[in-house]
Amino acid sequence: MTGSNRHVVVAAADEIPPGGRKIVHIDGRSVGVFNLGDRYVALRNTCPHEGAPLCEGALSGALTSPRPGEYHYERRGEILRCPWHQWEFDLRTGRSWVDPERLRVRSYSVTCENDHVVLHL
Amino acid sequence: MRTGALIDCDVHNAVSSDAELQPYLSTRWRRHMELIGSRTFSPFTKGYAYPKAARFASRRDAWPPTGGLPGSDLEFMKEQLLDAYPVKHAVLNCLYRAPEQRHDAYGAALATAVNNWQVDQWLERDDRLRASITVPFEFPDLAAAEIDRATTCPGFVQVLLYPRTAAPLGRREYWPIYEAACRAGLPIGIHAASTTPGPITATGWPSYYIEDHTGLAVAFQAQVISLIFNGVFDRFPELRVVLLEGGFAWVPALAHRLDALHARLGEEVPDLRYPPSHYLRSHIRITTQPMEEPERPGDLVPLIREVGADLLMFSTDYPHWDFDNPHRAFRTRVPATLHRQIMHDNACATYRLAA
Ligand code: FES
Repeated sequence: MTGSNRHVVVAAADEIPPGGRKIVHIDGRSVGVFNLGDRYVALRNTCPHEGAPLCEGALSGALTSPRPGEYHYERRGEILRCPWHQWEFDLRTGRSWVDPERLRVRSYSVTCENDHVVLHL
Repeated sequence: MRTGALIDCDVHNAVSSDAELQPYLSTRWRRHMELIGSRTFSPFTKGYAYPKAARFASRRDAWPPTGGLPGSDLEFMKEQLLDAYPVKHAVLNCLYRAPEQRHDAYGAALATAVNNWQVDQWLERDDRLRASITVPFEFPDLAAAEIDRATTCPGFVQVLLYPRTAAPLGRREYWPIYEAACRAGLPIGIHAASTTPGPITATGWPSYYIEDHTGLAVAFQAQVISLIFNGVFDRFPELRVVLLEGGFAWVPALAHRLDALHARLGEEVPDLRYPPSHYLRSHIRITTQPMEEPERPGDLVPLIREVGADLLMFSTDYPHWDFDNPHRAFRTRVPATLHRQIMHDNACATYRLAA
């Protein structure tokens, strides 16, 4: 998250249901706003890899495997998969699932104020 | 880095449904399509052996709003590709499964239908488009006849083959195709896909798509080795072969190995006129997508120089999921002259497009 100086109302509170998303365009920037159920998150709609509209990607969970032959499917609906080369990003942090230290997509904070979803740019 | 005018050497136009081809088939083959339909060399008539990473192997945002398959709607292709980037020309490689048909004459009829459909629905509707000729290449005499027929249309710039064939492409049975391509003055393009009825790797069926996809680079190398050592380029000195979607980082290693072994084992192929790497460098061209992405991005430029500045031609692979963005595919600074060669000049020379 970065220090914000602009607050923009992007949706009514009931407009984005849990698991839903809305892509908004503000000052030439495209941003995806997601409702995770317990909070909203917002990510820049440009993949850091080759620039795909990242926020149009499929939402899935994370498949982890502590050892060969054992799998866990967790964090359902919180992993965003790029519509082009399938790189995955953690919606809560904006960080790449496979390379979280080196790669992230810009994220913005979102608040809910008086039944409005407010994006802090 | 942003790009100037470019030639996109690999774009896929799709036949949305068999019904679209019916007007281009005779009554006899329309009836065959209805009663018998597609029977391919691979064990899967519908779909593929591996799960292609994304639906129809396509970018999730490439499904046309009007319905139909990705790559089936020219207007949407303009919006996402031709008008979105400075595309001067795009070469269409239609992967409709005509070459995969076991029924030789049906495969040939489908290939003719696909080519006529390409002329009507694509080449005549946008000046920027060029296309490859679909041919039933496992039946080389039928393929050669289709090349002779289709070249009357100037929009065709290449003959389309696949890297996983029933036999290595250097073998004599395929030569009528090269003869026809030379008659027409067209290069052969080999694009990732298969007609092999057997396993897709030399050791059998792999388990995963990730193996299938990685293994393509190996299949391309096998074809290059076969074409060179079977003397195809000595017999057809005009012939050019374009490798589409097989990677290129392997080229220096293969060139060294070919020459080293030729120095030791050359007596077996004494009619080869040059060291094998000479054929690789002077007859083979390679498209860039999927762009090699070395761990240190700056390693890409020395790699390209070693492959050869003349060899590489840019491609996006639109609308497939592993699309390369013309402005973002090189994740490092590429010197301007080299960049222009890859984005534009090399393809103009290969496909004889006005520079
Ligand atoms: S553009 Fe998103 S993964 Fe490549």
